[in-house]
Amino acid sequence: MDLNYSAEELAFRDEVRAFLDEKLPKDISAKVRGRGHLTKQDMERWHAILNEKGWLAPNWPEEYGGCAWNAVQKHIFDVECNFASAPRIIPFGLAMLAPVLMKFGNQQQKDHYLPRILNGDDWWCQGYSEPGAGSDLASLKTRAVRDGDHYIVNGQKTWTTLGQHADWIFCLVRTDPDVKQQEGISFLLIDMKTPGVEVRPIILLDGAHEVNEVWFTDVRVPVENLVGEENKGWTYAKYLLTHERTGIAGVGSSQAGLDAVKRMAGSEIHNGRPLIENPHFAARMAQVEIDLMAMSTTNLRIISKAAVGQAPGVEASMLKVKGTIIRQEINDLARRAAGPYAMPFPSEAVEGDNDPIGPEGAGVVSAQYFNNRKLSIFGGSNEIQRGIIAKVTMGG
Amino acid sequence: MNFDLTEERQMLQDTLRRYLADKYDTATRNAILDSDAGMSAEIWTGLAELGVIGALFSEADGGFGGAGFDIAVVFEELGRAGVVEPLMDTAILGGGLIAALGDEDQKLLVEEIIGGGLHVAFAHGEPSSRYDLRRVETTVAADGDNVVLNGRKAVVANAEAAGQLIVSARESGAAGDADGISLFLVPADTKGFTMRGYAMMAGGRAAEVTLDNVSVPASARLGAAGEALPAIETAVVSANVALAAETMGAMESATALTKEYLMTRKQFGRPIGTFQALAHRMSDLLIELEQARSAVINAAGHLETEPRIRDMQIASARNLMGRAGRLVAEEAIQMHGGIAMTQEYELAHIAKRITMADHRFGDTDYHLERFIALSAA
Repeated sequence: MDLNYSAEELAFRDEVRAFLDEKLPKDISAKVRGRGHLTKQDMERWHAILNEKGWLAPNWPEEYGGCAWNAVQKHIFDVECNFASAPRIIPFGLAMLAPVLMKFGNQQQKDHYLPRILNGDDWWCQGYSEPGAGSDLASLKTRAVRDGDHYIVNGQKTWTTLGQHADWIFCLVRTDPDVKQQEGISFLLIDMKTPGVEVRPIILLDGAHEVNEVWFTDVRVPVENLVGEENKGWTYAKYLLTHERTGIAGVGSSQAGLDAVKRMAGSEIHNGRPLIENPHFAARMAQVEIDLMAMSTTNLRIISKAAVGQAPGVEASMLKVKGTIIRQEINDLARRAAGPYAMPFPSEAVEGDNDPIGPEGAGVVSAQYFNNRKLSIFGGSNEIQRGIIAKVTMGG
Repeated sequence: MNFDLTEERQMLQDTLRRYLADKYDTATRNAILDSDAGMSAEIWTGLAELGVIGALFSEADGGFGGAGFDIAVVFEELGRAGVVEPLMDTAILGGGLIAALGDEDQKLLVEEIIGGGLHVAFAHGEPSSRYDLRRVETTVAADGDNVVLNGRKAVVANAEAAGQLIVSARESGAAGDADGISLFLVPADTKGFTMRGYAMMAGGRAAEVTLDNVSVPASARLGAAGEALPAIETAVVSANVALAAETMGAMESATALTKEYLMTRKQFGRPIGTFQALAHRMSDLLIELEQARSAVINAAGHLETEPRIRDMQIASARNLMGRAGRLVAEEAIQMHGGIAMTQEYELAHIAKRITMADHRFGDTDYHLERFIALSAA
């Protein structure tokens, strides 16, 4: 065991830093830091820059254009990107669909879709949740009925993140309603331009438009868009969710968030002294930092294990629960640090040509606090994760 | 000891609750949030006609209430319905300060406020003052029969709608001194005022206010020169009772919505409230709600007692509301899941009201420190 970075790892870190310093567009990092609104073009531009360098797909095998990084390198990349205020990599195509296609897709699907994901030709979104099927995902009702060379799809998906930008959606659909829930689900790829697909925005409590409803009315989908076998979709879905969970510890994001809290607490004056010197606030900040230091190592331990081929199971659930608790606590500290300046609505506080209102970064803290309540709800709620931990460790 | 409301207050509560249930549903309120004014003139007039504003003033000041329990009754109902209209700013703070310090002429404004015809904003906080009521750096200088004000005021709630602003300024001493603070009644159209208005996260509007050689007659001063702090503290005490009661009302809504959801939403073939992991958490929220109710009663019941006891009760109530409120807002959203994250669902707004109340006149930590300091005194 050695907790220090090796000379190679330090060299890699310097390489990442130099790259970010040179290539990350300043207008984009400024938006990420101030939590201004990232456009589709901003996100695509950053993807293209990473792709050019060959760093867009850290989790892909080299044969498909991945980085072949080990666990520590991925960790270093995540941390450095967060500190440099790089936008997050949009995961739907790269981190969710791609692993499923690599493992369960046919050769034609791999050859067609994987390069297009890497090159940004297709923007993917995820069609899992439904209004009646949230945590109980397997109870989904969207129907796909075979009709010659097509499936006819009817139903509704919800919480579809960035679906307003998407060209394609990967969907869980019910192909057999007469068997046990999990056994009648298939994994289907649907072109969003097909007649009968409709995207309706959902506005979140912080005013953001990042999720949508996607409605399907008699949508005709060619049978070659089925991934793997019919009625085996639940297996693929679970495989995908494992991948969704490994990134969710959010170590880099938490470290950058805590850093921002410290900066604000260093400049805010409370009882004539910087807030960061206030024993009560300092103690709360220290507690989160202590939790984060330990979780960072837990995260490294688990991704190291995953790197040698052991699928993260219960540990991924543990990371998700602890990671989201920490991120949400940091969001809470940030809004407290901003004091009365947490109250302005963010679009008016940080956007437009005017100077931001209040101390640097304050204009977005309440929006982030409310928006990140989603962290413990999506990707399998924390209650579902605790259920998994209990089931795996205690049976039943 | 008797914990029943008087007949008059019971009537006030019933009337206001019926009125808001009838006139202030989610869709109406969300339309108000989207409007440029950020409030409804019709609702404001309606509240005035019902006597809701008058209930916040004593008979001596032209109202028919004004005690701690009157404030608590009114604001609990406003909180329950998620009302964003600025009753605290115009009536409790604005009207309260004019009633406490004003001369006969100035007090005529209180009548206008009670009638619903005048909005007031309390322009006190500054960019670096956070929650410290003494930290006033805005200056005032005599200029013949006039005084000239210069400075910046931060997050001034209701500033754009106000016909009159109550501006604090320092006559003498250093930024954090108790002595030397005066209040001035300044008409909104006075030259030298610049406002940068914006909507707030939980509804309502505020503004950054710059005073650049704002010149008003010396008679605009409210009360004696340099001696306004005790009156400011008293008005803020009332505002804290209002905030605590409003938060408690909002917590009642949040818990009611969550209970209903747990009993009707089915996952894995059964209502989710039948899962013990959720049922116990719901029970915890109901326990905290009763704690909150008692904290509001303690605060409201001590509004007129001696300052040290009063302030301890206020700090204690706001600290408890901050902790219980955060738990209720976060757990209510979590147990609902995604639906509570959407703007059109009632709980989203209610949770924001609960949370953002913690950013006015001291947050949970501020009131904890204040309680410790007062306990040691």
